[in-house]
Amino acid sequence: MITERDLDAATVSNWMREIESVIRAERDHLVQLDAAIGDGDHGTNMLRGFEAVVQALGADSGSPPGRLLVLAGRTLVSSVGGASGPLWGSALRSGGRVLGDQATFEGQELVEVLAAALASVKDLGAASPGDKTMVDALEPAVDTLRERVAAGAPLADALDEACAAAEAGGRATIPMQARKGRASYLGERSIGHQDPGATSTGLILRALQRAVATGS
Amino acid sequence: MTKLVGIVLVSHSSELARGLAEVAAQVAGPEVRVEPAGGGPDGSLGTSGDVVREAIARADAGAGVVVLADLGSAVLTVRHLLKTELNGQVRLVDAPFVEGAVSAAVTSAAGAALDDVARAAEEARGARKL
Repeated sequence: MITERDLDAATVSNWMREIESVIRAERDHLVQLDAAIGDGDHGTNMLRGFEAVVQALGADSGSPPGRLLVLAGRTLVSSVGGASGPLWGSALRSGGRVLGDQATFEGQELVEVLAAALASVKDLGAASPGDKTMVDALEPAVDTLRERVAAGAPLADALDEACAAAEAGGRATIPMQARKGRASYLGERSIGHQDPGATSTGLILRALQRAVATGS
Repeated sequence: MTKLVGIVLVSHSSELARGLAEVAAQVAGPEVRVEPAGGGPDGSLGTSGDVVREAIARADAGAGVVVLADLGSAVLTVRHLLKTELNGQVRLVDAPFVEGAVSAAVTSAAGAALDDVARAAEEARGARKL
């Protein structure tokens, strides 16, 4: 049973390890999606980035969860090499700053962390819903999580619904024409392919769900 | 002597950034600091925040730095650095990579201030070849 203040530094470390593991398992799929409308490096870049994050967090001793998120973000910016580096990097840094130095956090604060992450991605990438980007997965997930947590749903259930919203958002990018990123150079030819960034965003949120469940 | 505005060229390819820096420096002369920042963290195609940060530091002679980027993640990487750690003396310009770099380098060589060098790079968008 997840209690009110169950989330802590271990949750963040577990989240990053779960991301590395799921990106490793799905790397070829992400590469295939990206090869269709991008340059085919998304799975490889993301894996390199989160391997570096797991290593950086492993070398840390005793930082609070917000600081770990900031460290993870900074590590992504220097290690990913593609657009996901600055995007997820600024997302995790902004999310981490919400938590400051507090040792634990609860569901409502997790909503604020993810909302700050979303705001930072939209600002940096100048992307809106419908542009066929990670925003199409992240925004519905944050909205769903906020609504369910506000309605008093258990965090595990709220996260499950948020992940489902992210995955539906990822699938909804298939008929879209890309307006941001390298796929936008393809114009109408970007239609019919699922966006790799929206897809990995769904994986990253599922990893969060598993990390939160592990802490219970 | 007047401090000149530095130029940083951010590309997915280290060879593209180096080659363009060579062209721009040749046109502008030896006084302007034109620094390439190409390639990803492992030297492959991509963008590295660390490489960009170091190039900006090398390009800065005290009069500010104009940064040009080729595509997508190069632009995002510079914007991220600007938002998180760099001061107002670094300007990312929306300019064609080659023409903008040459324009900025030549304008800097003439002793122009940061705003003017940035504007020269952006105005290169309107330059016609034929």
